[in-house]
Amino acid sequence: MAKGRVRLFPERCKACGLCIEFCPKDVLGFDEETINMLGYHPIKDLKPESCTGCAICAVVCPDLVIEVERV
Amino acid sequence: MDRVLMKGNEALAEGAILAGCRGFFGYPITPSSEIAEYMARKMPKIGGVFVQAESELAAINMVYGGAATGARVMTASSGPGLSLKQEGISFIAEAELPCLIVNISRGGPGLGGIQPAQSDYFQATRGGGHGDYHTIVLAPSGSQEMMDFAIEAFELADKYRIPVMIMAEGTLGNLMEPIVMREPVLNKVDKPWAISGCQGRKPNIINTLHLGSEELENRNLHLANKYKLIQAQEKRAESYLVEDAELVVVAFGIMARIVKKAVVEARKRGIKAGLVRPITLWPFPDEDLRQAAEHARLFLSVEISMGQMIQDIQLALAGRVPVEFYGRIGFTPNPEEILQEIIRLAAREGL
Amino acid sequence: MKKVFQRPESLTEARNHYCPGCSHGIIHRLLAECMDEMNIREKTIGICPVGCSVLAYDYFNCDMLEAAHGRAPAIATAIKRLLPDRYLFTYQGDGDLASIGMAEIVHASARGEKITVIFVNNTLYGMTGGQMAPTTLLGQVTTTSPYGRKVENEGYPMKMAELLSSNEGSAYICRTAVNNPANINRTKRAIKKALQVQEKGLGFSMVEILSACPTNWGLSPVEALKWMENNMIPYYPLGEFKVKED
Ligand SMILES: Cc1ncc(C[n+]2csc(CCOP(=O)(O)OP(=O)(O)O)c2C)c(N)n1
Ligand code: SF4
Ligand code: SF4
Ligand code: SF4
Ligand SMILES: [Mg+2]
Repeated sequence: MAKGRVRLFPERCKACGLCIEFCPKDVLGFDEETINMLGYHPIKDLKPESCTGCAICAVVCPDLVIEVERV
Repeated sequence: MDRVLMKGNEALAEGAILAGCRGFFGYPITPSSEIAEYMARKMPKIGGVFVQAESELAAINMVYGGAATGARVMTASSGPGLSLKQEGISFIAEAELPCLIVNISRGGPGLGGIQPAQSDYFQATRGGGHGDYHTIVLAPSGSQEMMDFAIEAFELADKYRIPVMIMAEGTLGNLMEPIVMREPVLNKVDKPWAISGCQGRKPNIINTLHLGSEELENRNLHLANKYKLIQAQEKRAESYLVEDAELVVVAFGIMARIVKKAVVEARKRGIKAGLVRPITLWPFPDEDLRQAAEHARLFLSVEISMGQMIQDIQLALAGRVPVEFYGRIGFTPNPEEILQEIIRLAAREGL
Repeated sequence: MKKVFQRPESLTEARNHYCPGCSHGIIHRLLAECMDEMNIREKTIGICPVGCSVLAYDYFNCDMLEAAHGRAPAIATAIKRLLPDRYLFTYQGDGDLASIGMAEIVHASARGEKITVIFVNNTLYGMTGGQMAPTTLLGQVTTTSPYGRKVENEGYPMKMAELLSSNEGSAYICRTAVNNPANINRTKRAIKKALQVQEKGLGFSMVEILSACPTNWGLSPVEALKWMENNMIPYYPLGEFKVKED
């Protein structure tokens, strides 16, 4: 089981990509299927099982899209 | 009543303190500096704040911040200093923060001179900075009024949430006169809009930015309505011998005292002269002028400027009576030269 | 599962208007986290500038006042003097603080005003469309230095942290960057230290934060952070410049 879990608020995401760049486990990616109300493909957890709950993604996100939980 | 001898500038400063002013922010400039010096001595002793700012820009913004806390705060300056303060006054007017701004006025333009002048009339009565706004402008004409109007200014400022200006010539600031000391103002005005930390309530925001067209127009309509209310309620003037006057002289501040002497002398010579002294320069007491115009054949505006208030007189009379002008700058017109002007005009008009 | 990261209470739920990848959002959050951790939200008054962060009054969940361009330190001075037990912060851009507001910031620091200044240095005027600022780097192209900033024409970029640290009234002056997670965490520690210096009444405190403006730099958010590391940090060294001990 994953050690961490991200809770996303995709409607706030501006697809800047900083969380993707800095996530050490490549958990995150853009959701190419969706366009949010801001007009972006928002963030999605593509590999949730790899998340360690390190919260780096949330620390670099300028838009408070991500909450992080850890076991 | 006990009377004390006080200089105009000190009477004004003491009046402000009696009104509960506990913050003074200023930058030295003649002839207003005595007010700052008085406050520098007094404020620390009464638990108030005195800061000599790095410029008038900083000083007026300190007033902006101070007023935002709900405290009664003020600044005083002159000429070029008032020009620098205009940015801040515009913000304060828009944010609807009560405060007192004093102009102990001197002659311009540019660095001008330190002689008393009334040439900041347009700046004071038209808002002065950018945007559609007004400040209430009070023009005292003696030490007693310097004190009284300082108290009244704070009351008006709180009543309407508006910056109030006292405009007084340098002469008034220096004039030593016996005055009756006023009682301290004790009632506190509730200011639920003030910023003081949001303990136990929702955060308060003081801002002047309105990006939406509708929001901006609504703000301006709100302010315009407030100004209309003030115009309806707060116009003030002193009328002297106007009931039967054929020649009405209009003058404010120290100039009105000098004109009064000339009017008395003119009466002795059989000329039916009278005087209207606007006390509020904004709102301008146009109704008092129209009343005085009943029997008048001629108006004369006497100003220590090249002619500014004359425009308000003309607006008030709307062409019903012609308006002449007599003014100087660098010098304050004396009673004799005003009398001569009255005699000359009376002869010309056959009064 | 326990929450290890969530929105700080000192920020409202409003979505910010900043461009994708703009550092303002991160810096807002760091300041708000410090306010939460010190439990001072209800005793804090913030002054926001004119600049891209002019709407910060909608984002901070505390009493806020919006200043005229550059005047925030004068406003904060008066509020702090009248309400000495409150926490005062100003939030200012480099045009706001280092150009039009130069006199206000230098004198607030010289007087040792017990306020905390969050200084967001993104090397240009973001809000008005990317014009040159006093902090624009040599050679940097902006809309008003279209051939690149030249010493002969525009002089040298100003180092505000160094300049203000020479004032006796400055109690804590630090420069940080938000180009990677480690530096973001350092920035948060610096902001907290600055607020603690204010709490102890030691004097003026400022954290200069090197920040990204991807939009006006013409770079992607990720490239912007690299540009910051390669161009800004060498000219604007990070670290503490003044630490007054109690
Ligand atoms: C007196 C005045 N002059 C000019 C402006 C226009 N103006 C608005 S923001 C700004 C520059 C902001 O740049 P900065 O402080 O670096 O903030 P940023 O947007 O980069 O965060 C200018 C010049 C103004 N609002 N007021
Ligand atoms: S918490 Fe860490 S591992 Fe999980 S998504 Fe965020 S950065 Fe990646
Ligand atoms: S950092 Fe935030 S805004 Fe940027 S892509 Fe990730 S979740 Fe979206
Ligand atoms: S213009 Fe620059 S500073 Fe302004 S919001 Fe966009 S990225 Fe941020
Ligand atoms: Mg900038």
